[in-house]
Amino acid sequence: MWFLCVFYHRLLDFRKPEVEALAELFGEDESLQWRLPEHHHNDTPFHFVQLSSEEIAQNIAKRSILVKGMYELWGEGTCYEELKESIQSFPDSRKLPFLTSDSTFRISVETFGKALTFDEQKERIHSLTYIPFEGKVNLKNPDHNFFLMEMDESEESNGLPPIVQRRIFFGREVGFADRKLLPTFQLKSRTYLGPTAMDAEMAFLMANQANAASGKLVYDPFVGTGSILVSAARFGAMTMGADIDIRVVRDGRGPDCNVWSNFKQYGLPAPVALLRMDNNVPPWRSGLKEIFDAIICDPPYGVRAGGRKSGGRKILRGTVDPYTVPEDKRTGHIPSTGAYSLVECVHDLLHLAARMLVMKGRLVFFFPVLRDECGSEVKFPEHPCFKLVAVSEQILSSRYSRVLLTMVKVEPYSDEVEEAARLMHLEFRENHLKWLEEGNIHSSVFKPSTDSSQIQTESKTFKDPKPKYRGKYV
Amino acid sequence: MRLITHNMLSCNIKGVTNGFPLKVEAEKVIEKEIDFNPDFLRHMFAKIEWKALVEAACSLGYAELPEDSPDATVIESAADESLLKKLHHALLELHLEEGALVCPETGRKFPVNKGIPNMLLHEDEV
Repeated sequence: MWFLCVFYHRLLDFRKPEVEALAELFGEDESLQWRLPEHHHNDTPFHFVQLSSEEIAQNIAKRSILVKGMYELWGEGTCYEELKESIQSFPDSRKLPFLTSDSTFRISVETFGKALTFDEQKERIHSLTYIPFEGKVNLKNPDHNFFLMEMDESEESNGLPPIVQRRIFFGREVGFADRKLLPTFQLKSRTYLGPTAMDAEMAFLMANQANAASGKLVYDPFVGTGSILVSAARFGAMTMGADIDIRVVRDGRGPDCNVWSNFKQYGLPAPVALLRMDNNVPPWRSGLKEIFDAIICDPPYGVRAGGRKSGGRKILRGTVDPYTVPEDKRTGHIPSTGAYSLVECVHDLLHLAARMLVMKGRLVFFFPVLRDECGSEVKFPEHPCFKLVAVSEQILSSRYSRVLLTMVKVEPYSDEVEEAARLMHLEFRENHLKWLEEGNIHSSVFKPSTDSSQIQTESKTFKDPKPKYRGKYV
Repeated sequence: MRLITHNMLSCNIKGVTNGFPLKVEAEKVIEKEIDFNPDFLRHMFAKIEWKALVEAACSLGYAELPEDSPDATVIESAADESLLKKLHHALLELHLEEGALVCPETGRKFPVNKGIPNMLLHEDEV
């Protein structure tokens, strides 16, 4: 069954992967078929998607963040005459059950990239009299919602996706996203925040990519203030988090301002566990494996926050050997930490996920990309246990963006796999040598432009490979 | 800290081979009721080290669990919920709020404060 899937015009790279992830969660076994309306650019809000039932379409839409609506398409065209023909040729058997006299309905007019006055909208609705509506109009709580959607062709300069021909759609709404979640969970009303707390919309998208759901256990090894786990818990998952910084994870900013209180604030069940530990030397017992259904995280990649690991070499006052903590100072000793490069961090994350995720479990994490490298193909971390299923870019500045990677565990973890993983990691390390040193990513992102004359020539010749309406420009 | 967490952790000091199970030193134990989720428990049962759970539950003052690991079929069948309920209580409702986890091999104490175990190693233990 084909459905018209209309998206919000934001986070363009995240939209289809979200629907695909949710389709799997709601029982679609095969990968989805997509189709674009005629002459539409890939970034248009209008897409057609094939799903096996209306129920699945409804479930996906309800749970999603970026789907404005899923519709059963009754007709489309480049003008109202074409639309009429198209609606009239749509089989009566599909239309009449929704037009009965004992039902109520509403018709809404939606536009993309233009605005219509109230009178223009009324005129368009009245032009639909050729559809035999028998029921009563109910604007507040109708049984059936119909949408008339219109978009004009657009010039490249107006900030909309280019090469679009005027298109009008008419369809019956099957489901829509519950964006009310976002104001409820927005960060500005959250009690406990850190400098890198994940924005609520993105956190929900990550939880959707991870198929978070009731009965599942979701782990975040860089839990911080718990902003990602809050979204997973909202979708019913059990959560577990770890962090190397005891101040963040245990103390917070007071008795009612810590990770636990962030869950309490929304009436969500508290995490199953919070731990202070180091991902570089994790304390999992040997033999423990395949326990998490998903791992979701935003690793510290050294732009806004740098990673730390055990094994700092701070010399203790009065001790000769810097590597030994004296007996009398062991209780309450605060171990120093050393820098933890992104390459190492990602290696440990993949290793953890390979061992601790159940089969078909999902690893969802952000990975930074320097945008001047976009010309050459970006190499993402790989692991023989995982298949990369989604890559979604969010542009953060003209220098760098972050990419949300979604990986699914397709091979069980074993010693042989571990060896293959080690070789893959060496290759990845080779490709990211400059990221091994602390501060390198940070300086590439924040370094001042060198020379003003260069900027001028750059601005003339520099053509942004990514169109302006992407990412945060929306 | 719930016992499900205890069941997953070991002492990972360099050179330690028998860091599991960690002994529990309880100073403050609390109980918090949470929703009973049989599916989650069945999924977890397969991953649990039973003996370690029984011992840890005893050190928190809960001795209702059978000494020997029940058969997986008993857990799978919906017939006997009383055992699942006990497992639920031991795994998820008992909390070690203050205390320590002690390595069985070296005696190193990992403190548990405000319900959060501190598993971070000192400089000379990595």
